[in-house]
Amino acid sequence: MGKLRLRFAKEGRAVYISHLDLLRTFQRVFLREGLVVRHSQGFHPHPILSFALPLSVGQSSICELLDFEVEEALDGQGMAEALNRYMPEGIRALECYVPVRPVRELAKLSCEVDFLYDAGVPDNAGEQIAELLARESVMIQKRTKRKTLADIDIRPLLHSLKVTEEPGFLRLNAVVSAQNPGMNPALLAAAVERHAPTLKADFVRVRRLETLDESGGIFR
Amino acid sequence: MDKRLERILPQVQKPARYVGGEYNEVHKDPKNVEVRFAFCFPDTYEIGMSNLGYRILYGVLNEMPGVWCQRAFAPWPDMEAEMRSAQIPLCALESGEPIGDFDIVGFSIGYEMAYTAVLNMLDLGGIPLRAEKRPSLTPLVIAGGTAMYNAEPIADFIDLALIGEGEELLPELVNLLRRAKKENWSKPQFLRSAAQTEGVYVPSLYDVAYKEDGTIQSITPQDGAPSKVYKRVVHDMDKSYFPAKTIVPSTEIVHDRVTLELFRGCIRGCRFCQAGYVYRPVRCRSKEQLVQQGEEALRDSGYQEVTLSSLSTSDYPELTALCDGLEKYCSQNHVNLSLPSLRADNFSMELMQRLQKGRKAGLTFAPEAGTQRLRDAINKNVTEEDLTNSLRTAFSGGWSAVKLYFMLGLPTETDEDVLGIAEIANHAVHTWREYASNKNRGLRLTVSTSWFVPKPFTAFQWEAQIPLEEYERRVKLLREAMTAKAVTYNWHDGDTSFIEAVLARGDRRIGKVLEAVSRKGSCLDAWSDYFDLNRWLEAFSECGLDPAFYASRQREKDEILPWSVISCFVSDEYLWRQRELAYQSKATPDCRTACSGCGANVVEGGECYHG
Repeated sequence: MGKLRLRFAKEGRAVYISHLDLLRTFQRVFLREGLVVRHSQGFHPHPILSFALPLSVGQSSICELLDFEVEEALDGQGMAEALNRYMPEGIRALECYVPVRPVRELAKLSCEVDFLYDAGVPDNAGEQIAELLARESVMIQKRTKRKTLADIDIRPLLHSLKVTEEPGFLRLNAVVSAQNPGMNPALLAAAVERHAPTLKADFVRVRRLETLDESGGIFR
Repeated sequence: MDKRLERILPQVQKPARYVGGEYNEVHKDPKNVEVRFAFCFPDTYEIGMSNLGYRILYGVLNEMPGVWCQRAFAPWPDMEAEMRSAQIPLCALESGEPIGDFDIVGFSIGYEMAYTAVLNMLDLGGIPLRAEKRPSLTPLVIAGGTAMYNAEPIADFIDLALIGEGEELLPELVNLLRRAKKENWSKPQFLRSAAQTEGVYVPSLYDVAYKEDGTIQSITPQDGAPSKVYKRVVHDMDKSYFPAKTIVPSTEIVHDRVTLELFRGCIRGCRFCQAGYVYRPVRCRSKEQLVQQGEEALRDSGYQEVTLSSLSTSDYPELTALCDGLEKYCSQNHVNLSLPSLRADNFSMELMQRLQKGRKAGLTFAPEAGTQRLRDAINKNVTEEDLTNSLRTAFSGGWSAVKLYFMLGLPTETDEDVLGIAEIANHAVHTWREYASNKNRGLRLTVSTSWFVPKPFTAFQWEAQIPLEEYERRVKLLREAMTAKAVTYNWHDGDTSFIEAVLARGDRRIGKVLEAVSRKGSCLDAWSDYFDLNRWLEAFSECGLDPAFYASRQREKDEILPWSVISCFVSDEYLWRQRELAYQSKATPDCRTACSGCGANVVEGGECYHG
């Protein structure tokens, strides 16, 4: 019996696969490969799969982590290549290994958030957005689990930000808190919409780039 | 991916169903593709991808070199609104190309209520609805599926219909189009040639004349089109294509499992059942092949459920042996084996034990009618004792959720027959009290009734559907008689069944009604949320047609029926004989017991039941 961690990318058409559907997809991918994943005990046994940080539908990532246990003692060597033969388009296993660090040490996420402007990037938008998100507090309204709106300050969850202007869009490279509590990078767009409505983008693309620990080192 | 599509997807429910990219999706190099086939299913992705026939033909077409079959489904209305406002046409999932750019746009139509979805999908694809408005050879709009045994309601919109099973016919047609494209044939030239292919029905080559009373005067073939179009049939199931390697959707669909097809056809001959007549004769797959195909499909897909499908699965001659054969792989790999609805007369302990290893989902039986007399009249050869025995087996084996299906409004039905349904339900409750192995779980007995819709190619194709008020009276009668607390009674919405009865036996004049109702916003009439009877009634009155003429009128024996050019080999004389037997409440033995001479045996050279 051994624990394994799979790092994978979820991009392109696969970004629309929901969390629950992704769980089912991986169950099937493992079965196609003939990998026996440990199942829960009980009346309706199901394979124990755990995604480190659920990804919102529509966002892409090249740093997803999936933990699972297998019946045999395996070190994950060659597993990523083997699994890639059975993936839907857009999901790509990058590496598989025996995890050393617990998922709770995954503290931060590096990501890029693209603000697309159909009529071109407004003048000084990059500077204004950088200034806005550098304030001492950046309040936004967020729907809570009880479906009411709550004011939260995202500033403490945003650890670094760099804005670069590209033709037709602004790219925000950000490091945000990953968990306890984490911050969905899409909230950066919500903050701009609330505090600088004229700079609201026509479309926002979010992409996770890397998992980091508390000190900013790469988390594996 | 299309940038415009990316913009709208965050606004819609379940976006995964609009993007494709699933495991086993077929891609081809466009340079080597000569014929592009947009395979359209006039319902949602979740329904279409659950359809075995659709998967078979996707596989068959993509096995052809130079042919690329791609999928398109009806968008849910939220997606449709976004597509229309962003001016995005309906596109195929594989390449993202608009369906209007394909050589063939083919619809799989299993159900009459899907007609409005067909029209809506054409419209979303930017394709002119009426065939006459499409003078060029491509896109060629074709349709197949069970509903096409009477293609008349959509005859104005399709270029041709394929009758019967498509595994051999569809490749023949695609190859004909390939040739026509290379040799620059005109569309009329192609259609005339296609009409000579067995199983192809080209509606525009038949002139229909009507009498003053609205019935058909004559149907005249033109340009050498055959006076009868016979359905196509696959002769050897063991040699026919099975999609062992098939698309595994990344989002949950309705039948999210491996489906094995045990046999085609049905030995029973229930007089109301269109499938029972049009799929004749019975043709089985061997159990060895089924076991092999099941394992192969399970291994390739990673599915953990396999279902054994056919019109009447428990009539498969070697069902127990088949279950045994599949069991080894299933139990080793935590795979659940399931059966669709069962006949109440041969549900055995042995079979139940096979199933018991999986989860105990509900069991469904369809006695169809409340008294023995009426069951004899419709030739549903199930006795009350059969049902009681089956229920006893089920309850003592630990099942506690049972569904019973019935129809109201069958020909010759009386109030006694209606009340018989309540009696059966009460008996079922008694049987449970007496035999249930675990009463703590309680009994969940669901009784469902639908409103009988007479269909073409059945013994009841001449019958009138009972009026809506009469159907509602019978529902009320039954509801009041259904006293047991453990019983939930559901009845089917009458409005839909009325329009279904109109479309099922409609003629060509219905086309303009479909066009009108489509303009008024009909798009997914198979979904009760999006069905509106008033919209239909308005469309009928605008077109000067009376829906009751189609649904509620008794036809004479010598009336020329709109679908009379089509033949499923079962003769009209046979169907009329069956109708007369129904009025005498006399049953006909099943095909395994004795051949009753329906005519389908010509397909197999005289003898149609083997095994």
